[in-house]
Amino acid sequence: MSFRARNLAFAYGVADVSFDLDACGFVAIAGPNGAGKSTLLGIMAGLRHPYRGSCAYENVELRQWRRRDFARRVAFLPQTVRVEFPFTAEQVVLMGRTPYGGGWYESPQDFAAVEEAMRTADVLPFRARDFRSLSGGERQRVILASALAQQPRTLLLDEPTTFLDLRHQLAMYRLLAALGAGGMLVVSVTHDLNLALQFADRALVMRDGRIAGDGPPREVFSPDLIERVFGVRVEIDGGWIRYGR
Amino acid sequence: MDGKPEIVSGQACVPAERDKPERIASRAASATLIAAIAAIAAGLASPLIGSAHISLSRAFARASPDYEIFFYARLPRVLLAMIGGAALSVTGVLFQCMLRDPLAEPYTLGVSSGASVGAVLGICFGLRATGLLSLGGAALVLLIVLGIAMEGRRLSSFTLMLAGVTMNSIAFAIILFLHSTATFSQSFAISRWLMGGLDAVEYSTLAWLALIVLPVCAAVIRLARQWNLLAVGDDWAASRGVSTGALVIFGYVAGSVLTGLVTSLTGPIGFVGLIVPHALRLRLGADHRVLLPCSFFAGAAFLCVCDTLSRTVIAPTEIPAGVLTALAGGPFFIWLLRSRRRSLWL
Repeated sequence: MSFRARNLAFAYGVADVSFDLDACGFVAIAGPNGAGKSTLLGIMAGLRHPYRGSCAYENVELRQWRRRDFARRVAFLPQTVRVEFPFTAEQVVLMGRTPYGGGWYESPQDFAAVEEAMRTADVLPFRARDFRSLSGGERQRVILASALAQQPRTLLLDEPTTFLDLRHQLAMYRLLAALGAGGMLVVSVTHDLNLALQFADRALVMRDGRIAGDGPPREVFSPDLIERVFGVRVEIDGGWIRYGR
Repeated sequence: MDGKPEIVSGQACVPAERDKPERIASRAASATLIAAIAAIAAGLASPLIGSAHISLSRAFARASPDYEIFFYARLPRVLLAMIGGAALSVTGVLFQCMLRDPLAEPYTLGVSSGASVGAVLGICFGLRATGLLSLGGAALVLLIVLGIAMEGRRLSSFTLMLAGVTMNSIAFAIILFLHSTATFSQSFAISRWLMGGLDAVEYSTLAWLALIVLPVCAAVIRLARQWNLLAVGDDWAASRGVSTGALVIFGYVAGSVLTGLVTSLTGPIGFVGLIVPHALRLRLGADHRVLLPCSFFAGAAFLCVCDTLSRTVIAPTEIPAGVLTALAGGPFFIWLLRSRRRSLWL
């Protein structure tokens, strides 16, 4: 088991949330704006505290984890990162190795991990470019590479496909599903119910800071629940959610 | 990850030219070495330059007046300029990184002015601990400016700069008030000091300054890898294992100490922390492991050269070093402001 939350609550966003997550698989968190998805993800990443209730990772309460040890297991991808200084894409990815290095410079192993992560995220062609000169989608993939360079057991993503074109959206979801199948736990906030339906192993639907639905996406995303949570009438047609006009 | 990673970009997947790790390290080392050599060269040459011509051999042979001019008039002043320049440009890098704002600098944030108020208070009331008062003024202004610019969990760069400008005005109003109530000799001391001139100081004072400034700078430089992450973001650093709270507090304390102590001896010297780090970033990139040590040495060299110019350009009249750095730094600041507006996300 990886995350276990019991009556988890925060000053804003998250009101009362309980769940158990397996050690691997691809979990999608869906819900309308302001439902508390990002706040929940922030708490799980150890970035929002103090929280009320309990949230444990590998049976250790989050506040008791040492930052560095936690960062070797859990990586977090924000929606976007704004960089003011001329770091290259590769330098941004190299920062993912911080929890491993005690030295002034990264080790050869660090560079090998970075190389691998950049290949997986498909950002090798612009490794030497200034991060600020990249497009939104390219930046998002560099941030993904930086998280992969942490070699985490758990990957938390906040709407990773916001700036991606169709092709890279699909590639991202395929990658997340493959990582989940390969033994990693991937938890991603998403607005695209159809992509979640196709790729995720499990869906957590949030509304008003609470869990409104939890289970395999095909069971959770029923027209009933979607109307109740999102206030939109839909049909399920051949395994796809169809929105009315 | 699944054996054969999927390549989806249309570009040919030929990895761009990449540096070997050793090459990165050796380039950083050579950049630092060059900066260090520049600083040492400036430090050795500057005391020999001036309105009176002196020779190094006569100075070391204790021949008068070369000996007195070299060791009591020029060398302490050059050392002060070097320590001050190093401290101010390291502080500039530090503030820019922590505030994620390329325009941040002790002077633009009003921190130098806060230190000035402390020092002027010291002069007016005849207190000896001007250094401590400056430090207090610097820390107080930093707290106020940060407090004003904090919007929830984020800092607004726009508010930050306006708060800095406002604190500058308030600080100078206080200084003018103190000035108007001062006696004639105090008044002279205040104006001399405010121009940001470097005067010869006693070696014991210099030793004290070095004893605090050098270890603080070393401690800042040692944390370079963490500053890299903090320069991207708080959450970014925290989710990669950095204890951001402690790091930020250390950064602000170190910045206040460096600005406060140096300002108490040199007067408000602006823009060193802006010009030096930016010039270096253009050439060396943003990695603080190169940027910080190079800023330390280049800052020392820069202020040393500025001070030598200030002594010699229209000798025997002296232009205060602060005037020179402001004349160079003001236009530079405006250029930065303009180029930043053109960039994509502002």
